[in-house]
Amino acid sequence: MDLIASHITHRFGDLAVLDDVSFTVSAGEVVAIVGPSGCGKSTLLSILGGLLQPTSGAPELRGAPPADSLNPLTFVFQDFALLPWATVEENVEFPLLHTQLSAAQRRALVEDALRRTGLADFRQTYPKQLSGGMRQRVGISRALAVKPAILLMDEPLSALDSQTRELLLEDFIRLLADGGMGAVYVTHNLEEAARLADRIVVLSRRPGRIREVVTVPMTRAARGEAAAREKLLALQNQIWSLIRNEAIDAEREVQHA
Amino acid sequence: MLDRAATDTAKNEATRPVRFRGAGFEPASSRYGGWIALALVIAIWQAAGSAGLVNALFLPTPSAIVRAIYQLAVSGALWQHVSASLLRIGVGWLLGTAAGIAVGFAIGLSRLARSVGITFISALFPIPKIALLPLLILWLGIGEEPKIATIALGVFFSTAISVYSGVDAVPRNLIRMAQSFNVPFATIVRKVIWPGALPAILAGFRITASVALLLVVSAEMIGAQYGIGAFVLQAGNLMQTDQLLAGVVILSVFGLAVGKVIGWLEMRLLHWR
Repeated sequence: MDLIASHITHRFGDLAVLDDVSFTVSAGEVVAIVGPSGCGKSTLLSILGGLLQPTSGAPELRGAPPADSLNPLTFVFQDFALLPWATVEENVEFPLLHTQLSAAQRRALVEDALRRTGLADFRQTYPKQLSGGMRQRVGISRALAVKPAILLMDEPLSALDSQTRELLLEDFIRLLADGGMGAVYVTHNLEEAARLADRIVVLSRRPGRIREVVTVPMTRAARGEAAAREKLLALQNQIWSLIRNEAIDAEREVQHA
Repeated sequence: MLDRAATDTAKNEATRPVRFRGAGFEPASSRYGGWIALALVIAIWQAAGSAGLVNALFLPTPSAIVRAIYQLAVSGALWQHVSASLLRIGVGWLLGTAAGIAVGFAIGLSRLARSVGITFISALFPIPKIALLPLLILWLGIGEEPKIATIALGVFFSTAISVYSGVDAVPRNLIRMAQSFNVPFATIVRKVIWPGALPAILAGFRITASVALLLVVSAEMIGAQYGIGAFVLQAGNLMQTDQLLAGVVILSVFGLAVGKVIGWLEMRLLHWR
């Protein structure tokens, strides 16, 4: 199943946020969206996932989702969006409750998702008892439970400290390794984009337009090797040079606002 | 290098501790402090009364009040008055709470209900509900109904306000999360909005319990044969201040008991906080 952004334009009142953004995320592909602060990255993701109606243009799907997918487009949120009154297990089961699945089927899906994210020993724990990294693991576990075709990830690591970020980034790389699941990964962190994405969509300052789409010229597996480090760094510098001046302007604008 | 040089110069001077400035602003209540203070006040009160320093007609001693409560209990009058008040509070509070929760949720979830409901609530909430009792007597007769309706009205407005404030306070990101998983509206209300609003709803219960107590006493003072309010008024008219204060103590115990029940509910239902 492909996800297509088709001429998406969005305004919040008088404020133009996105201007004619079009790109396609093919099945199993990981596309990162980067750009200066306030360029509409998160707005674009909300539109792609059907949580926000664009002013014009539309998000579209092409092809059938995998037969076992319960929620083809599944979000992983920056602030985790966990139910604080529910245990880890209940949080992961939450999106399955309204489905036609039997209790045993639900249990099996929850079990599998908890195991894949290393949460099996924390099933009875409440979110407030967990560290930020573990909370985001619950968010990822909940997303995996519904067997998504495409993960919509809205700066999923930005609320975490750098060590936790590194650990979870490795988890993402592992989860996306087999190409069974695609992702749209919104981030302001160019390293995350370079290490995870097949392609990087670079947006301009508000109103966000596509400045460039950069293809990362190596497999994700190869990026872990020492030899790849220099190439990835060069790629990050290339993207940074595209957005640096606009990032400075955007920062000043925010400070004056 | 510069640092080392500075340290060396200062080495021969006497040291002094950095003054601790972080004390206070952390009030922690001690477990028995309040009870000890209460016992102390009662003891002083009793001693002053026994020594004849206070006229028993104006302020009877605690022992006289306890005696009055005991006599009321033995004669069966206590239960008669307490049960009459409890029935009015119970029915009035339940009706007001049920209606308040329903209207509060409607205002929290529907645009139409919000625009209509908030206008009405803003206009009617400030009216002291006891002022409506004569009108309610005219409408509903002189039985239990107008008293119950007064309590229900008082409870309704506070409940509706705390419920819709609670619904408004449910983090929108949790609702968006549920929507992103195609969770149906009713399940979002039941599994996200209800538990999210529960802290505000339970906090509202504390307020409505005291509103109900206030209104039952007021209503019973205006027109009732039985009930704690009627009893207190009657005792006052007859200058039976020990009986009067017995009624006040019973009200205080009732208020404390309700507080404890709500505290227990909060502990059970909001343990995740």
